[in-house]
Amino acid sequence: MIAAHYAALQVVAPLIAAPLCVLLRRGALAWLVTVAVSWIALAIAIQLLVQVMATGPVSYELGGWAAPWGIEYRVDSVNAFVLLIVSGISAVAAPYAHHTVVREIPEDRHYLFYSAYLLCLTGLLGITITGDAFNVFVFLEISSLSSYALISLGGERKALTAAYQYLVMGTIGATFFLIGVGLIYAMTGTLNMADIAARLDPVEHTRTVLAAFAFIIVGLGLKLALFPLHLWLPNAYAYAPSAVTVLLAATATKVAVYTMLRFVFTLFGADFALDVTFFAEFLIALALVGVFAASITAVFQNNVKRMLAYSSVAQVGYMMLGVGFFSVTGLTGGIVHLFNHALMKGALFMALGAVFYRLGSVRIEHMRGLGRQMPLTMFAFVLGGLSLIGLPLTVGFISKWYLILAALERGWWPIAGLILLSSLLAVAYVWRVVEAAYFRDPPPDRPRATEAPLALLVPTWILTLANFYFGIDTSVTVGVAADAARALLGEGG
Amino acid sequence: MEFLVGHYNYWIFVFLMMLGFYVVVARGNLVKKIVGLNIFQASVFLLYISIGKVLGGTAPIIVDGGGPATYSNPLPHVLILTAIVVGVATTALGLSLVVRINEAYGTIEEDEISGMDKEP
Repeated sequence: MIAAHYAALQVVAPLIAAPLCVLLRRGALAWLVTVAVSWIALAIAIQLLVQVMATGPVSYELGGWAAPWGIEYRVDSVNAFVLLIVSGISAVAAPYAHHTVVREIPEDRHYLFYSAYLLCLTGLLGITITGDAFNVFVFLEISSLSSYALISLGGERKALTAAYQYLVMGTIGATFFLIGVGLIYAMTGTLNMADIAARLDPVEHTRTVLAAFAFIIVGLGLKLALFPLHLWLPNAYAYAPSAVTVLLAATATKVAVYTMLRFVFTLFGADFALDVTFFAEFLIALALVGVFAASITAVFQNNVKRMLAYSSVAQVGYMMLGVGFFSVTGLTGGIVHLFNHALMKGALFMALGAVFYRLGSVRIEHMRGLGRQMPLTMFAFVLGGLSLIGLPLTVGFISKWYLILAALERGWWPIAGLILLSSLLAVAYVWRVVEAAYFRDPPPDRPRATEAPLALLVPTWILTLANFYFGIDTSVTVGVAADAARALLGEGG
Repeated sequence: MEFLVGHYNYWIFVFLMMLGFYVVVARGNLVKKIVGLNIFQASVFLLYISIGKVLGGTAPIIVDGGGPATYSNPLPHVLILTAIVVGVATTALGLSLVVRINEAYGTIEEDEISGMDKEP
């Protein structure tokens, strides 16, 4: 009986747990609730994915109101996969959070931290699962508002300005999105995504719909940090508490990319988007410039967290590249990279969080000689870095393989060459950290660092090993991603 | 002329939107930026309300069992109630961040803050 309500529980469970944390007022209890709810969310997400792969899309009518009028939660292969990413990362990040939160955040705010964490999770899961365009905006703001608060909890005062900057840019993005949804509603008279898709055809060539498309793309571009709208991201990730960086870097931009996929392919349709002059070319150009500009900037960062944040902007470029190809292979690459990038950035930021736990800093000059003092942490970092570069046997290789395949399929071999070339830039910045950690002597004024506690190492290594597991056995990830890509392009599945 | 006057509410929406956006971008004072953001968000409320308005329409309430009356679409109003709540939450959070920034930096001028934050 409860199985019929999985779709609603996916969002409602963390939503109810958030105020519960506030009522408990004890950091440790709130943490336990967070871990339990994250695991429940993961179990539900797995159930939903299995159900969707077996019997097709799941539709849930909230409050029993039928679809075009009431709010519908609709799970198909695309968002079931994204739900798995979000809840999976949270299930690993929540146990990890305890130690870093104790170290980084004043004790009287612990329960508030977990409450905001759960609200952020609610928002991210809600954006993904809902089948209602306005509902996306509401959940977008739930996740955004809670992430501004989470970022501002970072120890340095720069975290405050980073959160403020993100608040301003995020609100502009969300408001642009809201204008777009309003214009669509004006033209179609409905907010249900499937209904919009069906009713948009006759009015497709009006200027209003074109304007709606532009507003939505720019608004979501801000949220997913598409170059050159990425300016909020590096500081937000660099100065947020470690556990928050793990959660946001691995999930927030992915969910925004998913939303863009949903609007471009399901609502407007690939044909409409291709009819928009130079849209695909524009997307590919921005993606490639973003990959290179962000990777080059990353090479020159001395704060390793900031370095990886710039690398995230570059990785978003790869995802958008997959979208820009408008082919099943390209989209498969883009969607599978959502999953793969969550694994690698999750692992890397967790390793960095462990470094911060011991050193109180993640600046590259402070990390010298760390390879011998924190061998397990740094080795996880190296493996995560290899995955980021795209070495065979890692997940990074799988994503790039499909993207290059898609480029060659279209006969755009210069783009394939650029993808390879950009991997070299990843080698450059990952190498800077490896060189400092393994080939330099520790600075004399730094007390000897010891290995990070198990509570941090275990989650870090779970994600690190997942990088290899899903790099070798791709049947699940690529299978689902290919299915999702076909569904988005309307080729069955 | 008809196009200009007949759509005056949309023109106000566009004007307010651009005005708010300009304030956010051009002002260096963090509180003024929030004010700009507010105007920007409020302009969208106007857009939604305009979409739902039917000329001569009333509220969708049946009075004395009377026949079907012309009424404005109530759904945009409901949506905008939600958006107003979001706007209030954003403003509250934004202003509380400004308070914290003022405590940490002793100023709320953007250029002075970025001057203090220069990466060594």
